Amino acid sequence: MTVPEPPAIELVGVAKSFGAVRANHDINLRIARGSIHGIVGENGAGKSTLMSILYGFYQADAGQIRVNGREVAIPDSRVALSLGIAMVHQHFMLVEPFTVLENVILGAEGGLLTGPALTKARAELDRLGRAFDLVVDPDAVTGTLSVGELQRVEILKALYRGADVLILDEPTGVLTPAEADHLFRVLRILKEQGKTVVLITHKLREIMAVTDAVTVMRAGTVVATKATADTDVAELAGLMVGRRVLLTVEKGPASPGRPVLEEENLVVRDARGVTRVKDVSLTVRAGEIVGIAGVAGNGQSELMEALAGILKPVSGSVRIDEQKSAGNPHRVRGQGLAHVPEDRHRMGLVTAFAASENAVLGYQSDPALGAGPLMSPSAVRAVAEAAFAAYDVRPPDVRLKTALFSGGNQQKIVLAREIERDPVVLVVGQPTRGVDIGAIEFIHQRLVRLRDAGKGILLISVELDEIRALSDRILVMFDGRIVGEREGGADERSLGLLMAGIDGEAA
Amino acid sequence: MRARKALPGWVDYGLIPLLNVTCAFLVSGLVVLAIGADPLEAVQILVWGAFGFGEGIGFTLFYATNFIFTGLAVAIAFHGGLFNIGAEGQAALGGLGATLVCLAVDRFVPWWVTLPFAAIAAGLFGAGWAAIPAWLQAKRGSHIVITTIMFNFLAAALMGYLLVDVLVAPGSMQPETRTFAAGGRLPPLRELFPDIGLGQAPVNVAFLLALVALVAIWVLVWRTRLGYEIRVFGANPVAASYAGISATRITMIAMMLSGALAGLMSLNEIMGYQQRLLLDFTAGAGFVGIAVALMGRAHPVGIFLAAVLFGALYQGGAELAFEIPEISRDMIVVIQGLVILFAGALENLFRPALVRLFVRRGGI
Repeated sequence: MTVPEPPAIELVGVAKSFGAVRANHDINLRIARGSIHGIVGENGAGKSTLMSILYGFYQADAGQIRVNGREVAIPDSRVALSLGIAMVHQHFMLVEPFTVLENVILGAEGGLLTGPALTKARAELDRLGRAFDLVVDPDAVTGTLSVGELQRVEILKALYRGADVLILDEPTGVLTPAEADHLFRVLRILKEQGKTVVLITHKLREIMAVTDAVTVMRAGTVVATKATADTDVAELAGLMVGRRVLLTVEKGPASPGRPVLEEENLVVRDARGVTRVKDVSLTVRAGEIVGIAGVAGNGQSELMEALAGILKPVSGSVRIDEQKSAGNPHRVRGQGLAHVPEDRHRMGLVTAFAASENAVLGYQSDPALGAGPLMSPSAVRAVAEAAFAAYDVRPPDVRLKTALFSGGNQQKIVLAREIERDPVVLVVGQPTRGVDIGAIEFIHQRLVRLRDAGKGILLISVELDEIRALSDRILVMFDGRIVGEREGGADERSLGLLMAGIDGEAA
Repeated sequence: MRARKALPGWVDYGLIPLLNVTCAFLVSGLVVLAIGADPLEAVQILVWGAFGFGEGIGFTLFYATNFIFTGLAVAIAFHGGLFNIGAEGQAALGGLGATLVCLAVDRFVPWWVTLPFAAIAAGLFGAGWAAIPAWLQAKRGSHIVITTIMFNFLAAALMGYLLVDVLVAPGSMQPETRTFAAGGRLPPLRELFPDIGLGQAPVNVAFLLALVALVAIWVLVWRTRLGYEIRVFGANPVAASYAGISATRITMIAMMLSGALAGLMSLNEIMGYQQRLLLDFTAGAGFVGIAVALMGRAHPVGIFLAAVLFGALYQGGAELAFEIPEISRDMIVVIQGLVILFAGALENLFRPALVRLFVRRGGI
């Protein structure tokens, strides 16, 4: 009689609290050796905390961690690595000016001189690269690599340290569909070679495509673990939020009116002088949502910032509501253009401020806020309270520091601020990034309602599902250009090919 | 991108500064002990010297006036995310501005006519001196910390030249201007309020002006659109550009306000006390302003308290050096240094422990 093989990782009754917040409680989880195990859940469901416990970044308050059937304590990431557990972070932990080789030996430099370690690493990288389809030039400077290659370096780094269990945190967020496909191929090879992969993602399709088993987390607990073959996207989504959600948005046909945002031959350079938007022309009409699909970094951000007046275009023209754009964020708002930036922490909010103060950001010269140069806190709070009520922001306390709100509620603060000012056209980037499913639904409905009120919306998102669900027309941006236009419901495959720079018609 | 854990207000603004100061005094006590004096006696003398009698209080408030102005100067720049190390030089230039006005009119008009013009000149000269580093940062990317430090040296050199070769009183061997006539002297409070017993303390009308400045800066920062824009720019420059707040405009305005406040410090020292322009009249007040602003959390109330603390250290320290000969002037500088070290550089020493203590109990 054979003893069944112990799971690669087993968690029993793991709990972790931060102050009064129970980030994880009573977590029981078995991850089988040589499998790809998905972990899904909304933001704040406790996925990252759980993985941080496994990786030794946090210590559990209670419970046991067993690796290969043996109970272990993981006080820091060094111990995690020695147990064969490695993490590939969402934001790569690489030193950009270093070569790939130097990055790989980071933390395992060996003795006083790095020479022997580098020689050994070069041979090992070559072997790993061929074994796992992870070929990267070891002498390339890391900063010059594409995002997909950077991720390969991260995985190589983990494998070089002898990792048996690889934890990947939202690995496809920054990848093109082609790069993501390649990543999945690598994951399957890893599995074939006996490695265990833990995949944290919020993209349910990826879970379905690549995992063997999936664990759903909600509010700090495990709500279900299923064999992937026995479940489907709708069930997983339902488990994540505890109720069935609409993955499509209910909306009637658009009735486009006059043009409210026109740009012609726009060319935009970023701060480093690189041309990021190359001769883009587009029109958004009143009463329609125009989506711009594309992999992050193909000029969408610069396009948005140029429309909002933050970046000065090199050439080309922008017209807002049939008037020439004033080309300054403040005056552009006066012309009726509202802008929800794609990164609320970096640009859309001052997180150190009270929420009320963020409810007037960009509209600080509104005469309603006070006489002359004065700005009355009670007037500011009144604006914020109205926005909070209209958008059901929780907790409903406008004096609270903005950083204390969850991602979804922060995003609602930004959206309320921009939409409640009754703009003619709304330029909105990544409206639901880092937002839980309940809030996604709410935000999508608001955008459709704004469209139905006869406003023009330019939607920029890297979430293809979102673009497809909301847009009446879809433009695909690649390498600074609009490379194609499709109808609202266009199929994913043809959009994906366009996004990867492959002409949809030819493919 | 980990946000600071929020502490209850009284901990952040009360307990932490108190702990820092207590620590500074404990370590100072050890130093006093090491040189063979009695620390308890030293504290007694220091506190008595600073607050124990009318004249002592008057001196404490006189020094505090300087620190209120320079503390506010550093604080307003700090709200705009700018670290102004140049208050020392801006104050010196402010002194030049005030002096030029005094020398021009002091023989013809009473002090209350001179004061507004001198204040405007002091503010403008200080603002002008701060405007150059501000412009260099806004337009040329030269880091303001470096340029304001360099401008302190330039200010010292300029003042040296002017006092030796241009403004020096005829026939004087000292690098000083002539002594102002009555029209260039701010009356001390002991003359205006003879009943409150300030002895011979030089605290003067500039102290009242400092109190007005505290209120004005509070209104500016928390009750005006400009203050909002300065704070947005300081807390998140990217959000500021998104909100249409011009980086150049805010950098220039915040730094010029800062320079103007630093310049106003000279009213106290030049018109209120020295009654002539002399070299190094700032005596490090511009640098103490940095500690005052840090310790006072860049808030006018905190700045007032911190300025009074440093004023007390100056005055009580002088008393201490007089009473206990083992404790020299240099020892006082050591104690001030320790306060700056604990209140400024080690500001976060106790924060993590307090966060554990209070955040767990109180929820958010």
